[in-house]
Amino acid sequence: MDVRAQIAAVFHLDKCIGCHTCSIACKNIWTDRRGTEYMWWNNVETKPGTGYPTLWEGQNKYKGGWEVVDGKLRLRSTGKVRGLTNIFFQPYLPTIDDYYEPWTYRYQDLFDAPAGDDQPTARPISQITGQYIDIEAGPNWDDDLGGSPIYAANDPNLVGLSDEERAQLFQLQGLVFFYLPRICNHCLNPACVAACPSGALYKRAEDGIVLVNQDVCRGWRYCVSGCPYKKVYFNWSTGKSEKCIFCYPRQETGYAPACFHTCVGRIRYLGPVLYDADGITAAASVPDPELVEAQRALILDPFRPDVLEGARRNGIGDQWLAAAQAAPTYKLIKQWRLALPLHAEFRTLPMLWYVPPLLPMMGTVTEHGYRLDADELYAGLAERRVPLRFLANLLAAGNERLVTDSLAKQVAVRFYKRAQTVGDVPANKVEKLLARAGCSPEEAEQIYRLVAMPTFGERHLVPPFQRELAVADLVDPQTQRGEEGLGPRRRPHREF
Amino acid sequence: MSWIKDLVSPSTRSWEDFYRNRWQYDKTVRSTHGVNCTGGCSWLVFVKDGIIVWETQALDYPGLNPRLPPYEPRGCQRGISFSWYIYSPLRVKYPYARGALLDLWRAARAQHTDPVAAWASVVEDDAARATYQRARGKGGFRRVAWDEALEIVAASTVYTVKKWGPDRVVGFSPIPAMSMLSYAAGSRFLQLLGAVNLSFYDWYADLPNAFPEVWGEQTDVCESADWYNAKYIVVMGANLNMTRTPDVHFVSEARHNGSKLVVLSPDFSQVSKYADWWLPVTAGQDGAFWMAVNHVILREFFVDRQVPYFVDYLKRYSDAPFLVVLDKVGEAHKPGRLLHASALARYKDVENPDWQYLLWDQKSGEARLPNGTIGQRWAKQPGKWNLKLEDALDGAPLEPLLSLIGGKDDVLPVQVADFAGGEAPLRGVPVKYVQTAAGRVAVATIFDLLLAHFGVGRGLAGDYPQSYDDEAPYTPAWQEKLTGIDRQTVACFAREFAGTAEMTEGRAMVIVGAGANHWYHNNLIYRAAITALLLCGTCGRNGGGMNHYVGQEKLVPMAPWSSLAFAMDWGKPPRLQNTPSFHYMNSDQWRYERDFTEYHPVPGNQPHARGHTADLEALAVRLGWLPSYPQFNRNPLDLAREAEAAGAKDDRAVAEWTVGQLKNKSLSFAVEDPDAPENWPRLYFIWRGNALLASAKGHEFMLKHYLGTHTNEVANDVAEGSVHDVVYRPEAPVGKMDLVVDLNFRMDTSALYSDIVLPAATWYEKNDLNSTDLHSYVHPMGQAVPPCWESKTDWEIFKAIAARFSALAASHLPGTMRDLVAVPLQHDTPDELAQLTIKDWAKGETEPIPGKTMPKIVLAERDFANLYNRFVSLGPAVHHEGLTMHGARWSVADIYEGLAASQPQAPWDGRTYPSLSDAVDAANAILRLAPETNGEVAYRAFQAEEVKTGMPLADLAEGYRGSSYTFLDLVAQPRRVLTSPCWSGIVNDGRAYSGYTLNVDRLVPWRTLTGRQHLYLDHPLYIEFGEQLPAYKPKPGPFVMRELDNSKDGGALLVNILTPHGKWHIHSTYMDNLRMLTLSRGIEPCWLNDQDALAIGVTDNDWVEVYNDNGVVVTRAAVSARLPRGIAMYYHAPERTISVPKSPLRGNKRAGSHNSLTRARLNPVLLAGGYGQFTYAFNYWGPTGFNRDTFVYVRKLPQLNW
Repeated sequence: MDVRAQIAAVFHLDKCIGCHTCSIACKNIWTDRRGTEYMWWNNVETKPGTGYPTLWEGQNKYKGGWEVVDGKLRLRSTGKVRGLTNIFFQPYLPTIDDYYEPWTYRYQDLFDAPAGDDQPTARPISQITGQYIDIEAGPNWDDDLGGSPIYAANDPNLVGLSDEERAQLFQLQGLVFFYLPRICNHCLNPACVAACPSGALYKRAEDGIVLVNQDVCRGWRYCVSGCPYKKVYFNWSTGKSEKCIFCYPRQETGYAPACFHTCVGRIRYLGPVLYDADGITAAASVPDPELVEAQRALILDPFRPDVLEGARRNGIGDQWLAAAQAAPTYKLIKQWRLALPLHAEFRTLPMLWYVPPLLPMMGTVTEHGYRLDADELYAGLAERRVPLRFLANLLAAGNERLVTDSLAKQVAVRFYKRAQTVGDVPANKVEKLLARAGCSPEEAEQIYRLVAMPTFGERHLVPPFQRELAVADLVDPQTQRGEEGLGPRRRPHREF
Repeated sequence: MSWIKDLVSPSTRSWEDFYRNRWQYDKTVRSTHGVNCTGGCSWLVFVKDGIIVWETQALDYPGLNPRLPPYEPRGCQRGISFSWYIYSPLRVKYPYARGALLDLWRAARAQHTDPVAAWASVVEDDAARATYQRARGKGGFRRVAWDEALEIVAASTVYTVKKWGPDRVVGFSPIPAMSMLSYAAGSRFLQLLGAVNLSFYDWYADLPNAFPEVWGEQTDVCESADWYNAKYIVVMGANLNMTRTPDVHFVSEARHNGSKLVVLSPDFSQVSKYADWWLPVTAGQDGAFWMAVNHVILREFFVDRQVPYFVDYLKRYSDAPFLVVLDKVGEAHKPGRLLHASALARYKDVENPDWQYLLWDQKSGEARLPNGTIGQRWAKQPGKWNLKLEDALDGAPLEPLLSLIGGKDDVLPVQVADFAGGEAPLRGVPVKYVQTAAGRVAVATIFDLLLAHFGVGRGLAGDYPQSYDDEAPYTPAWQEKLTGIDRQTVACFAREFAGTAEMTEGRAMVIVGAGANHWYHNNLIYRAAITALLLCGTCGRNGGGMNHYVGQEKLVPMAPWSSLAFAMDWGKPPRLQNTPSFHYMNSDQWRYERDFTEYHPVPGNQPHARGHTADLEALAVRLGWLPSYPQFNRNPLDLAREAEAAGAKDDRAVAEWTVGQLKNKSLSFAVEDPDAPENWPRLYFIWRGNALLASAKGHEFMLKHYLGTHTNEVANDVAEGSVHDVVYRPEAPVGKMDLVVDLNFRMDTSALYSDIVLPAATWYEKNDLNSTDLHSYVHPMGQAVPPCWESKTDWEIFKAIAARFSALAASHLPGTMRDLVAVPLQHDTPDELAQLTIKDWAKGETEPIPGKTMPKIVLAERDFANLYNRFVSLGPAVHHEGLTMHGARWSVADIYEGLAASQPQAPWDGRTYPSLSDAVDAANAILRLAPETNGEVAYRAFQAEEVKTGMPLADLAEGYRGSSYTFLDLVAQPRRVLTSPCWSGIVNDGRAYSGYTLNVDRLVPWRTLTGRQHLYLDHPLYIEFGEQLPAYKPKPGPFVMRELDNSKDGGALLVNILTPHGKWHIHSTYMDNLRMLTLSRGIEPCWLNDQDALAIGVTDNDWVEVYNDNGVVVTRAAVSARLPRGIAMYYHAPERTISVPKSPLRGNKRAGSHNSLTRARLNPVLLAGGYGQFTYAFNYWGPTGFNRDTFVYVRKLPQLNW
């Protein structure tokens, strides 16, 4: 057992409102400069939809992530050896059109237009070429089912849905959508790191954050292809790849990452988990339907004495262990089994998990109009406006049971609280629902508290980075205290 | 295989400083966004090296109580984009002037040493005037020096005041709550001048008229944390994710606490994703849905079974037990006026007996007068204005009957209005006969009338539906064809809704918004839902009520702010004008329609429920129902001078003189001839808003009639022959405005069309105050960096204009002078007792009596040369008169003196005043004087309220007397407001704010006729329009409003265009922000249903032309199955400055924006005034600028042309 710490995250999709405040927080701080215009380290997608870059989930096109061949785990696109022999040929890279061509407007025309016979207007121009542009794509183009016949209808997760289910999804009475916010998953088995021929990418030992070393990167872009989530981007100005850094400078100083901090839906949870690094390859190699459970099994109980001992042996300090014990992530992922990883079948072992959304009850249209079968206060699993297969394709490597487990527990908690706060639900019904969901009243109460009532601190357990320890590896912290920040800022050098 | 790099050498990892350096910053400053989003979020603005770099939400709201989720974080995608603007190419960095005007000005200035004479020479030359008017909006801006810009503004103001009168200067700035001092800067200048402030809340149709109708309240709703207390939440016409982004988490969290969420929305909207039930109610038909819900609730919770909590609630807190006189109409009866105390001998000696109302007391078996009526509110002997169920004469306890069915004298057939079916079913209602001075009258309780109206039979005779399946009004079956919702679903909904309210004593709420309030018959839609809420005892309960969030109208420290903002510290009255009437008349939109009965038919031959709205508007002005500025066809300064010359020394004498002038026709109201040049508004100040686009319903008509530039409207001018009291001039004037001045930080459409653009500081460059309905904190807007480039704060700009104006006035308008002001009958004053019936003095139906049958006539004092000095000094009236709100008054003389001692001082003219020179001084003055931010003032205000009500109230403030906030306190941390009688919620001990909890808990009456919540409205105009009880009236159809007469279809798609609040902007702000444009589609597209799009050959992202007679839009299509067929959505409010091509349909001229498709029209019933809660107050009452009933054609753009 090789016990390691990883800052993990959970996004509660039932609470997500698709506002994109997270996206802009990130853009303002990290990617508002030349070469990064088109990058959205954090983005939010409407599901069903094709996302950003378009159809990123289609690995037949992009060849990201891992596959098991002859019982062995290997990168779908390229291994290091194959990569090096083909280093100048990159067939699976997304092009700028797969993302979008960033644009701006000739705003200055509004001030400078000479007196004329008609009103001036600011026309769009490309941020790359400076020329007038006909905008045909953006980083959030199919938001809220815009262009649904083109985009939603081509969502890769529709595979396996019956014709009837598909038809229902694309007419008003039966359609549904929800939001999928995405950042780098800071995977346990990151394909981007594996794919880099330069060794520029690494996973930090202390927190599991995956970074591209801007000094070492040579711009081969194998990380871009390798990441099945398309969360590594190429900066065309510096010639280096960049990606979500999990706001380590913020976390190191006690702040939640910007996209977490700014989440007004209060959907995001952050906190360190302990996992067994020895089990990574095995967990990433099991058949699809078992992947989620294998991944959950990697995450260790932070109260188990042998886990704690193993952690200390690997240099994980008491403050981090306390954080791992208090972290909301462990509860949502492992203890309560509410959260599921995105596309576990990519086999990168993502460390960002999602609680599936409940979504409204399905209605039918009768001769009298729109009708809801109203025996129940809340829709049961069968009456929801979302095909379970769709959610399972997205969040459970096709295993529907895992989705229904999570939804059933959420519904049971709601009935439990309804009975408690209103009293119009019979006690035996609540008992039955809780029992069926494998949830005790105590657990229901705890789930309710963490979902409905959490404070900022309860949602975000930023572990205590003791920066003096890291600094001391290079310079005496007392010296650093006097010298910190002196001198010009150093940018990574572009070497070609 | 592991990718963990614990072996990477520390020096190799030192590159990580690259990103660490980016995160480092120099300071954070607390601020917020003043954008009428109703957010009022606390933000930290990050400054690095003197440059604003980004912002994130502050997290330090003090918690309410541990049973509620916390408020953090608050702030959305739009707010977090704001820092983009600061240094963007859209920023107005310098003053600009229109070149065509500048050339004329400079030439004139070379000829005239006096700037006022120079201005006169420009505007009195018709050809010159037309030259720069035609150039408006068409480029040719030039950067000018502040000095020159200010001189033009000051000179034109002096000229206009002298020549036409101060009431020809108008200013528009919306929603003061979002940056109170920035608003007050302009309004203070305008009111010291005698100029006109235009309202906003009603113009936006954000004012829910049903609130004044039912509650006598502008709007009072719960803060968002209270949503969590609700166990059944119905969302209607509101898209919480889109528009209540920082608050919607409470709904989600309530759901996980066992609350149910039902969303009524025609499209599968963003909030529908959150719902347990999504009900696709046909657009604009929510009212029909609620009518049937009321049918079910009355049947199952009041007749089949009685819920004691509901019955008790109705008796105490609603007008349901009050008695209504039934008027005989042929063989049938119609519900008429409330039974007045004056009708009974027992009460003939009470004060104001025509303004007191009776209910049926079970105990005495007679009609009895309870406490709390409006007659008691304005009685000389105070103390009975409370909700105790006691006989007003002898204090005997009363036991009101809801229904007279037990001891009825008779059952009379009562006509039920059925505007949809066009029939008038007769339904039996139990009555008592009461012997009155005028003879025997039949009376019924409002509750019994409700049962008959909603068709809930109790074995009584008449056309009662037999079951829910009977399609008579207003059953579940009846509503199906209107709403598209199955009857069983409606019935089940009603059961769950009322059942939850029963189990929780009222914790069921409706959250409602623009999607309901922007329809023509919005007040009826609202009243239908409010009726259900009242029946279930939810209003005034935490977790209950009608919670309307449309516009950030809640300015918490209202009492002192009003005094300062409207310069009442220097004298009254201010000139405050309701904008819907103003624009309807002055921008000549009235000319493009005929009788309102074309689209709002009323059966029968009622005297006022027919004709042209403009005539009814003129009536409303004559009768003092509504304000109207410009007020008369002459300069009010001249009028005051003439009156004085004729010997009129005081208000009364001047009023008499004015009446004489009106009678002999040497004076008339400007509204009666709006196109006469002497009646035009001349100068237009715009600040903090987008008056010419986002706030310009009928935008293309304004371009024509106000600005005199190009227009894309092709509507027919048809009012001739339809108007009778208002003069129709064959030639409609073009270009009424001499000068348009815009203060702005971005080059938006209003700036683009203005003559002078002054660079305003952004919200991160100034200090200000901010509050909202959505939470209970007061917020600062904080200066993170000084105003950038040449910009100045609004406060400093208006100070600069005032100084320049005063300097010119010293010679042009010297000394103090009088200004004759006409003021409408005012809410929260004894004016509420003015008019029992509608009598037009101009038609000889009654005598013209100012303040009774017509507006009050008051003399205001102006001191133009000292206008600047007054601006920067807190005036003496605050000291002498104290502060007032809702008819209560309390002294603050000691606090004024304290301010004079502690604040910077403004000495001039031999006296010393507390200085308001700096905006922070003004903020501190407001905070010290407001009950909500100074516990001592709250205590005094409650003491004043105790005298009026005779109820103990001051205990609510006792524990907070020592709490007082300063501006710096707010900067340190948002502070929660204190309980105050200026509002109706109790927030003591961390209780979530919810409207009317003060009324319910402490028996303080609502400010209505009965003092109760009104299910029944007996204003004579309402009776004429058949809206006494919440009725259903059909939506005006596409062809009756004369908006498609000249827009041939040619195979185009006819749709009802809806303009809900969007995801990527707040009104027009942020719409031009690159962040938002990038995350949307680079444009505001027109959303179309996929089948509809297919029918006109449009695919996603195609360019489309959207048009009607009012104007045209060219944009791209967003095609989605998310919308039903027959409606299009064009989210409010795109700028025509961003990516708008030309329109082939309209001569290849630049196409417009959403308001190019609208035209203002007024719902005449909302002009009602002079009576109870129907008296006027600014932004409180009057017709609204709804726009949802707009129809357009959509076609694929044949040719893209920039």
